[in-house]
Amino acid sequence: MNIYVLLKRTFDTEEKIAISGGEINSDGAEFIINPYDEYGVEEAIQIRDSQGGEVTVVSVGSGDAEKQLRTALAIGADKAVLINTEDDLEIGDEFTTAKILVEFLEDKEADLIFAGNVAIDGGSGQVGPRVADLLGIPYVTTITKIEIEGRNVNIIRDVEGSSETIEASLPLLVTAQQGLNEPRYPSLPGIMKAKKKPLEELELADLDLDENDVAAKTKTVDIYLPPKKEGGRILDGEVQDQVKELINLLHSEAKVI
Amino acid sequence: MSEDIEFLKKNVRDFVQTEVEAVAMQIEEENKIPERIIEMSKEMGLFGLSIPEEYGGLGIGMVGKCALYEEIGATHNGYTTLIGAHTGIGTVGIVEMGNEEQRQKYLPDMAAGEKIGAFALTEPAAGSNATNLKTTAVKKGDKYILNGTKHYITNATEADVFTVMAVTDPLKGAKGITSFIVEKDFPGFHVGAVEKKMGLRGSHSAEVILEDCEVPVENVLGEEGHGYVNALKILANGRAGLAARNLGSCQKILDMSAIFAQTRVQFNVPIIEHQAVSHMLAEMAMEIETLRSFTYRVAWMVDEGMKVIKEAAMLKLFGSEVYNRVADKAVQVHGGLGYIADYPIERFFRDARITRIYEGTSEIQKNIIAGQLKKDYSL
Ligand SMILES: Cc1cc2nc3c(=O)[nH]c(=O)nc-3n(C[C@H](O)[C@H](O)[C@H](O)COP(=O)(O)OP(=O)(O)OC[C@H]3O[C@@H](n4cnc5c(N)ncnc54)[C@H](O)[C@@H]3O)c2cc1C
Ligand SMILES: Cc1cc2nc3c(=O)[nH]c(=O)nc-3n(C[C@H](O)[C@H](O)[C@H](O)COP(=O)(O)OP(=O)(O)OC[C@H]3O[C@@H](n4cnc5c(N)ncnc54)[C@H](O)[C@@H]3O)c2cc1C
Repeated sequence: MNIYVLLKRTFDTEEKIAISGGEINSDGAEFIINPYDEYGVEEAIQIRDSQGGEVTVVSVGSGDAEKQLRTALAIGADKAVLINTEDDLEIGDEFTTAKILVEFLEDKEADLIFAGNVAIDGGSGQVGPRVADLLGIPYVTTITKIEIEGRNVNIIRDVEGSSETIEASLPLLVTAQQGLNEPRYPSLPGIMKAKKKPLEELELADLDLDENDVAAKTKTVDIYLPPKKEGGRILDGEVQDQVKELINLLHSEAKVI
Repeated sequence: MSEDIEFLKKNVRDFVQTEVEAVAMQIEEENKIPERIIEMSKEMGLFGLSIPEEYGGLGIGMVGKCALYEEIGATHNGYTTLIGAHTGIGTVGIVEMGNEEQRQKYLPDMAAGEKIGAFALTEPAAGSNATNLKTTAVKKGDKYILNGTKHYITNATEADVFTVMAVTDPLKGAKGITSFIVEKDFPGFHVGAVEKKMGLRGSHSAEVILEDCEVPVENVLGEEGHGYVNALKILANGRAGLAARNLGSCQKILDMSAIFAQTRVQFNVPIIEHQAVSHMLAEMAMEIETLRSFTYRVAWMVDEGMKVIKEAAMLKLFGSEVYNRVADKAVQVHGGLGYIADYPIERFFRDARITRIYEGTSEIQKNIIAGQLKKDYSL
């Protein structure tokens, strides 16, 4: 089984996030494998261990993503590919990433591709389906269980808290939802061995792409933190007066009516 | 510190702070480390910390080991001791003194955590004075027959492989002691009473009773008559690691204290604004930083192959004393809360206390240091 896992380096949203100059301040941020991609890595390794084959993790991003790819190798992936766009691209969007990945994946004859349901930074959930669409293979999103027999695939996917059972066949792209598995911690000997596993680095030119081919189709206008939650206010006095004050506040302070 | 070690350290930190910390209170209440945590630790390779790569271990130097021990120390000390006793005194004897056959036979399973190691030196009549052993080993054909009782043996209830010191020639004193690799399934081997302790809950120390225990001659560890020297070497080797674990615990309780002091308000200000409190934090931080420098300095000396008898003793002594002072201040900063068992600080305070006693008491470390000084300044 030839398995690919799409993996994004993202900041840890459980840590403090600061914004300066319309960008997320990366100085204090901790970086991790996008947790949904981590489910993909774990599942891919389990499938390989039971059915044989090879797991390749692929990331589009900057040179810094090498750390996350090394982590995936330490967890048990066989090979890693970093498509480094640092020097070629200022900005990119879901189209950009998908286009680059497809260019890379096109001749790889992947049987199964894992992507994350969403990346916890951008949260669009688009890259997986876009890649499948451009490759012309079927896809199933938000999966919580996958079983493979020969070329047949049985999947349970999460649909807003309920589950749906789906039959599909390889080649296939799936996006991983929480609940698919419990990702293991990379073992310490695994980390040492990961150094010797192949990590290939490519640039756009290696894929016969230039920046115009992958120019973003969207533009980020602004980035801001959600407003700080403030303590609620309890109005007092006669009910009549409370209602009046409430309406007044909704009008003048919250400006919703 | 190399990038590799940083990476290993970060992964150990993630595991310890997410998984072990989450059950720290449970370990304290149940006096048991959850099986799930032990299994995960095995899968992570934590049991192979001090075993060379060719036997399935990690194969990193002392600096690397200390970096990881620091993380393993930053949680419940019962867990820390389970791992520490196995990877320290429990496996080091076979790594350092074992012959190729012994290493092949035991180390891969020990690295995987499939077999747990323990170190059995102390006896009722032989504590600080380990030359006063009463356990005997008499050679009979291709076996040694061991008789005697060891006590306070950490991991005895879990362990499969024991490094046991016994007297083979009573006329030769310290030079009549030999070390053996004893498996728990050897005929005549029993684990006796388990001690109730002040702390280190989840870690168990117990008696080991040897009743005509049959040990094949090929299980002599190192040379006959070298048992005492071996024991000293094993203990000395463990000292930097023990200091690093103490360092991790110290850092953990400083972290908690520094946050607490900024959130606890008395007299209308966070208590860190009271100089008496902030100075306690400053002293804690200073001692911890000193311990950190010293730990890695000695670890580096070990990696360089330098002789560190004196320095290792100093480090064991200093690390234990710093941990106790830091834990005492942490309780003080926390006020009444520092004394309450629903909160982790009092546990660290109790667990710190053993570090001045086991693996050679503080007094014995001073004796070692003074003995080395006498040699250094011999007239
Ligand atoms: C929780 C726990 C775990 C342990 N784990 C292990 C283990 O895994 N394996 C193992 O072999 N042992 C283990 N031990 C034993 C431990 O190493 C001994 O308890 C320690 O060496 C002290 O020996 P003792 O208890 O007999 O005290 P003693 O030697 O009787 O000491 C009593 C006091 O006298 C002082 N003293 C003794 N001699 C001198 C001297 N010459 N100069 C100055 N002061 C002196 C000591 O410092 C101490 O203050 C463990 C002990 C405990 C409590
Ligand atoms: C086992 C136990 C039994 C108790 N029994 C009783 C009882 O019977 N009756 C009762 O009323 N109370 C009792 N107490 C409460 C006890 O008196 C308080 O815990 C103690 O006064 C400290 O208060 P605190 O815990 O709120 O700590 P805090 O006052 O929050 O103190 C935290 C730290 O800040 C320091 N600090 C605070 N203010 C200053 C300052 N201005 N300058 C310098 N340092 C400062 C403190 O010294 C301490 O180190 C008991 C507590 C315990 C743990």
